[in-house]
Amino acid sequence: MDTSQIFVTLTGIGLAAFVVWYFFFGKRETQSATLTNSGIQEVAVTVKGGYSPDVIEVVKDKPVRLKFYRDETSSCSEELVFGEFSLRRELPAYETTVIDILPTKAGTFEFTCGMNMLRGRLVVR
Amino acid sequence: MKTDQSTVTLEINGMHCASCVAAVENALATTPGVQKAAVNLASEKATIAFAPQRVNVEMLKTAIANAGYSATEIKHDTNRAAQAEATETRKHAEYDALKHRFVVAALLAVVIMLLSMTMLFPSVEHFFHEMLGMQALNYVLLALTLPVLLYSGREYYVSAYNSFLHRAATMDTLIAVGTGAAFAYSVVVTVAPALFEQHGIRAEVYYDTTATIIALILLGKVLEARAKGQTSAAIKKLVGLQAKTARILVGGQENEIAIDQVVVGNVVVVRPGEKIATDGEILEGVSSVDESMLTGESFPIEKTQGMAVFGGTVNKTGRFTFRATKVGSDTVLAQIVRLVEEAQGSKAPIQRLADKISGVFVPVVVVIAILTFVVWFNLMPADTRLPFALVNFVAVLIIACPCALGLATPTAIMVGTGKGAEHGILIRNAESLEKAHQISAILLDKTGTITKGEPTVTDFVPMDKTIPREQIIQIAVSLEKNSEHPLAAAIVHYGTREGTQLFPAQSFEAIEGKGAYGIVDGKRVAIGNAKLLATENIVPTSEATQAAERLIAEAKTTVFVAIDGRVVAVIAVADVVRETSREAVAALQALGIEVVMLTGDNQKTAEHIAAQVGITRVFADALPQGKINAVKQLQAEGKTVAMVGDGINDAPALAQADVGIAIGAGTDVAMEAASITLMRSDLRDVVKAVELSRQTMANIKQNLFFAFIYNVLGIPLAAGLLYPFTGWLLSPMIAAAAMAMSSVSVLTNALRLRSVKL
Repeated sequence: MDTSQIFVTLTGIGLAAFVVWYFFFGKRETQSATLTNSGIQEVAVTVKGGYSPDVIEVVKDKPVRLKFYRDETSSCSEELVFGEFSLRRELPAYETTVIDILPTKAGTFEFTCGMNMLRGRLVVR
Repeated sequence: MKTDQSTVTLEINGMHCASCVAAVENALATTPGVQKAAVNLASEKATIAFAPQRVNVEMLKTAIANAGYSATEIKHDTNRAAQAEATETRKHAEYDALKHRFVVAALLAVVIMLLSMTMLFPSVEHFFHEMLGMQALNYVLLALTLPVLLYSGREYYVSAYNSFLHRAATMDTLIAVGTGAAFAYSVVVTVAPALFEQHGIRAEVYYDTTATIIALILLGKVLEARAKGQTSAAIKKLVGLQAKTARILVGGQENEIAIDQVVVGNVVVVRPGEKIATDGEILEGVSSVDESMLTGESFPIEKTQGMAVFGGTVNKTGRFTFRATKVGSDTVLAQIVRLVEEAQGSKAPIQRLADKISGVFVPVVVVIAILTFVVWFNLMPADTRLPFALVNFVAVLIIACPCALGLATPTAIMVGTGKGAEHGILIRNAESLEKAHQISAILLDKTGTITKGEPTVTDFVPMDKTIPREQIIQIAVSLEKNSEHPLAAAIVHYGTREGTQLFPAQSFEAIEGKGAYGIVDGKRVAIGNAKLLATENIVPTSEATQAAERLIAEAKTTVFVAIDGRVVAVIAVADVVRETSREAVAALQALGIEVVMLTGDNQKTAEHIAAQVGITRVFADALPQGKINAVKQLQAEGKTVAMVGDGINDAPALAQADVGIAIGAGTDVAMEAASITLMRSDLRDVVKAVELSRQTMANIKQNLFFAFIYNVLGIPLAAGLLYPFTGWLLSPMIAAAAMAMSSVSVLTNALRLRSVKL
C-alpha cells in the first residue's frame, strides 16, 4: 500500500462514517405548535430539501393547522404524505398549503415526501 | 309550510373569548332575516341560516363589522373544478419547463459526445491536437457542459444542498454527488493535466458522462411527469363532472349564475341534456337522469316530483325544477371525490418494507459508492486506479433508484381506487384494498343483498273459475290500497303493474297479524291468513288449503282472498332473489371464495333461498348480534372474512369483518363501518371489488419486485463486483439510462391497471 492508497482508504472510511452519523444520528429541529386565540395549534413549516421544523409537537384533541410553504421547485418535495391522516397532498412551489388535522390519539406520526425520502414527525402528546 | 332559507359560513376574525362569541351571535340574531346563527370560537366560524329575500351575505358581514369583528365568506368547495384547472395549468407550465431543460441538456450532450469521441479516432485526435491542443478541446467541452449543469441540472444541486442541510438525502443527492464528482475531476484534469501525467495517469475528462447523465435523467423525469398525470385521471374525471354554472329561478326569471354562488334553497331549472348543478329535490317536472357517472348504474333513473337529484349527473329527457338541498363540499359528488382522495392518500401495509428501505436508501448507497471507490483504488494498478475508481463510484450513485421503490405502491393504489370509483366501488383506504385480495370467505346478508329486500307477489292462484282473474286482482288491490302492511304493498304493486282500475273501499279495517277486510264494489272482501278466515267464519276449500301449503313449502308467505265468504284466490308473497345474485355467487366461488349466507329467517326458508343461488352453507335464525358471531365463527376457522350487508342494520358485523362491504349505498356514500362501499345493489360488484383488489395487489407486487431486483442487481454490477470474473463494468451513462427508465417502467405498469376489465 502506497501513501495515496492509505490516504484514500482512511479518507473513504472517515467519509462513510460521517455519512452514517450525519444522516442517521443527527439532532433534529423541534418546534412546539403555538396556540392561536381561537384554540387552533398552528405551525408554519418550510419545505426546502426537507421540513423545517421537522419535529412538530402538538397536544391531542385540539385542531392542528400546518402551513407548508414549499420554497423550491425540486420535484422531490412536490408531494406530502401523511399516512396516519390518509393525506397525500401536492405542495405547489412557492405557495403555502394549509393542512388541517385533528389528532385524537397520542403518538408519533411521520409525514414524508411522496417517495419517503424527506421526513418529519408530528408528536402528539 | 316551507320557507326559503339559505345558509352561509363566515370566517370571523378578531374573536378572543366567549363574550366575543356572544357579541357576534347577538349582532347576527338582531339582524332582520336571520333565522339562526351559531358561532364557534375554536374554528372561528359562524354558520348562519337566513331568509335570502330579506337579507344577503353582504348585510350579514356589515352587521358583524358593526359589532367590531371582520368576516369573510368561506366558499364551499364548489370551485374544485376551478382549482383543478389551476393545478392543471401550473403542471403544464412545470412540464414545459422540464421539457425545455431536457432539450437543452440533450442537444449539448450530443455535441459534447461527438467532440469527446474524436479521441477514439487517432487521425481526428491528431488534427485537434495540432489545431487546438488537447487542453483547449477540454476547455471547449467544459464550456459546453456548464450550461447543462447550471441550467438543466441546477435544481438537483440546489435541492441536494438543501436536503443536506436538513440531514436528508434524496435521489437529487445521488445525481448531484455522482455528476458533481465526474465534473469536478474533469475540471481538475482540464486545468492541471500535468498533475495526472506526472503520476502516469492518462488525463481523461468525463464531460460527456456528466452531460449525458443529466440529459437521460431529465428524459426520465419528462416521461415520469407524463405518466404521473395519468395516475390521477379518475379523480380529475370526477372533479370535471361538476357543473360550472346553474340556472336559478328568481321571481319567475331564469338567471344563470356561477356554481359557487348557488346556496341551499335556490330553485334550479334543468333542461334536457343538461348537467344537474347540485344536489336537490325535484319540485316540478318528470325526467330520466343518467347517474352512471356517480353510481356506475348504466340505466337512466326515472325522476318525478319529490325525488332526489345529484350534482354532476345528466338530465336526459324532460325539463324540471329542483330545490337545492346541498351545495359545495356537502354534495354526493364532493363526498365521493373526498373519499377517493383519502383512499389514494392512505398507505397500504405492503408498502411498509419499501418505506423502511427507502428511508435509509440514499445514505446507504452513498456509503457503498465510497467503499467501491476505496476498494478499486487499492486493487487497480497505479496508472488506472483513479479513473477506474471514479467511474465505478459514479455508476453506483447513478444506477441506484429510490424513486421506483417509492412509486411502486402508491401509484398502483391511485390507479386501482380510481378505477373502482369509475365502477361505483368506493374503497375506504389502501389497507381495505389490500385486505380484500386475501378474502377466503364471504358472508352475505340475505335480505337486501341476495334478495331485493322487499316482498314481491310471486304466485297468484285463482280458486273460483266464475270470477275473472283481472276482477279478483282489481278487488284485492282496491282493498289493500288502504293498508300499510308490506304484504299489502306487494299486492298493490303487483296489481298496479297490470293497470288495474280501482274501486273505493268502505268499512276498511286492518287486523294486526291477520289481514284486512272491507266492502268493495258492494262485496265483502277479506284478505289475510288462515286466522283471518277463521274470524270471518270462512272455511277454505281443500284445493285452496293445498295450494297454500305447497307455496308455504316453497318458503313463501301466503294470503287468502275471500269475496262474500268464499276463497277466490291464494296469493304468495316472497322476498325474491335478485337476477344477478346466482351469477355473482358462482363467480365468487370460482375465485376460490367460500360463500356463506346469513339470515334471520328459519332454517327451511334460508336453505330454500340459498339453494336458488347455489349457496350451501347457511347461518339461519340470526339475530342482529348473531351476525357478529357468524363473522367471528368464520374468522375462528382461520378465514379472512368479508361481510356484505346494507351498512345500516349490520354495521357492527361489517366492522368486525376483515373487509366490510356495504352494498346498495346508492348515493349515501358516507358509510363509516364499511371498508368498501358499493353504490349499486348488485352482488356482481362484490366480485368486481375482489378482482380489482387482486389485480391491484398483483400489480403492486410486480412493481415492488421490479424495484427491489433492479437495485439489488444494478448496484453490485455498477460497483464492478463482476469485473474480476467477467470483465463487466457498467458505464455511468448506461446506469443513467437504466435509472431513468426504472421509474417510468413502474409507472407504466401501474397504468396498466386502468385497462383491466372488471
